[in-house]
Amino acid sequence: MSPLQLFIEYSIVGIAAGGIYALIALGIIVIFKASHTFNFAMGEMMMLSAYFFYAASVTFALGPALGLIVAMIGSIIVALIIERVAIRPMLGRPFIAVVMVTFGIGSILRGIVGMVWGPNEVQIPSILSRSPIFLGDIFVPGKTARGFAIAVILVVALIAYLRFSRAGVALRAAAESATTAYSMGINVRNVVAFAWVIAAITGCISGVLMANINTLTPHLGLVALNVLSVVILGGLSSISGVLVAGLIIGWLEAITGLYLPTEFREITPYVLVLIVLLVRPTGLFGAKEVERI
Amino acid sequence: MLDIEDIQLSFGGVKALSGVTVNAETGMITSVIGPNGAGKTSLFNVISGFYRPQKGRVTLAGEDISSLKPHQRAYRGMARTFQNIALFHGMTVADNIKLGAHTHLKSGILSAGLRLPSTRNEEANLDKEADEIIDLLELDKVRNDQVEDLAYGLQKRVEMARALIMRPKILLLDEPVAGMNREEKSEMSRFVLRVKNDLNTTVLLIEHDMSMVMGISDAIVVLSFGQPIASGTPDEVRNNPDVIKAYLGSVDETTQNAA
Repeated sequence: MSPLQLFIEYSIVGIAAGGIYALIALGIIVIFKASHTFNFAMGEMMMLSAYFFYAASVTFALGPALGLIVAMIGSIIVALIIERVAIRPMLGRPFIAVVMVTFGIGSILRGIVGMVWGPNEVQIPSILSRSPIFLGDIFVPGKTARGFAIAVILVVALIAYLRFSRAGVALRAAAESATTAYSMGINVRNVVAFAWVIAAITGCISGVLMANINTLTPHLGLVALNVLSVVILGGLSSISGVLVAGLIIGWLEAITGLYLPTEFREITPYVLVLIVLLVRPTGLFGAKEVERI
Repeated sequence: MLDIEDIQLSFGGVKALSGVTVNAETGMITSVIGPNGAGKTSLFNVISGFYRPQKGRVTLAGEDISSLKPHQRAYRGMARTFQNIALFHGMTVADNIKLGAHTHLKSGILSAGLRLPSTRNEEANLDKEADEIIDLLELDKVRNDQVEDLAYGLQKRVEMARALIMRPKILLLDEPVAGMNREEKSEMSRFVLRVKNDLNTTVLLIEHDMSMVMGISDAIVVLSFGQPIASGTPDEVRNNPDVIKAYLGSVDETTQNAA
């Protein structure tokens, strides 16, 4: 195989992984926009969703399709409970306090999953076909390609929805200023709950895709730490920035893996983030936060 | 239209407002003035529902709205502008204004997404309303400009337009001319008067710029240290010795300090 072919193949695989990163990042950003809360439990939410899918489709033998629906409903309910019980009472508290709460929620979810399903990997039914796709001579793993397609379709659909729907308008208003939004008749609390529902949906799909491509263990959520770089690179306030940033980070990780020892995979995204932040402190697409005094 | 009765508000032991009563008559401009720290902003937050007073009632068009949340009050026909400009950046003037009508659209999230005929109809109406308000406030030249590119005075006017597109029963203006130069101030006064005359909107103005308030108000309430010290027409208030004292400090005090 020629070096060029190898480069292209790795690039495609990387970009494909980036599609799922973008999906996870979207869940983080929607919550950040609605309530200026950084949700570090996002990874655990997706991991839990994947276990829900496992329980519904295998343990209760509902099959993949119905299993996915049940997992989705379960994820939404959990997200709403988290929002209501742990996040809403923290509104108005210092940013760092709320962030620590989301960290705690992440640990709790990981612990609960470990108790219920054990620490070892479980096999979930495949929802993605394994048959590879060939672009000319270039081989693309089937699951990765299909996972990418699903993730990107969902990301684009959600971006469009948040751009043009009234719920999206309400979200943007709340992001700009909760006070203004209230005065315009927008119930900001409902907007925040809505954001958690969106995060539950992206978390559920990305969790099931991720568990399909890799394996499902209670540590699946750790992938969300890679997504941190996506969120920052895209600029926290930019919903559409996540897609580009996700693809860039995914690609960069894969390319690093091709030319450098594996340890560097973890580092390079953050090196890129560091460089970008030095040049553009608001990320690639983030808006400048201007405060008039 | 809007009646604020006997409001008492304190934070811990500090009394921010006590015994404040303001009646904004239908179709009139009523102003609340007072020196810095008089409780104007606290009163504003009580009216719009961000603060819950310990005592007192807020009534809008005969309905007691004291226990309603801010967004519910907005639904009932209360619109406001902000001391600090709170426009949506990255959007045009026209879009910002139309956003103000967001909650008054009937079509739900789903039908808006599906672009049903009823939704399109509603949006056409909204465009018409927006055009009217834009004409009224003379924003047509900048309607497609990004809001953040506009001069300060213009941004304030866009904010007022956004509040007006809800066709509110009452328009609350929180220090609309703060930080403006004289020219911008007189322009703003002209537009507030126009809103009253052409749209017949009841206006409650909170402001500490005396010249603006005196020029356009039908009735004035003066606050000092959280208490009403005078009320009446601009002329009555202007000549009230308590008001002069509150604004300029007592003459004796000044001379004593000088000596």
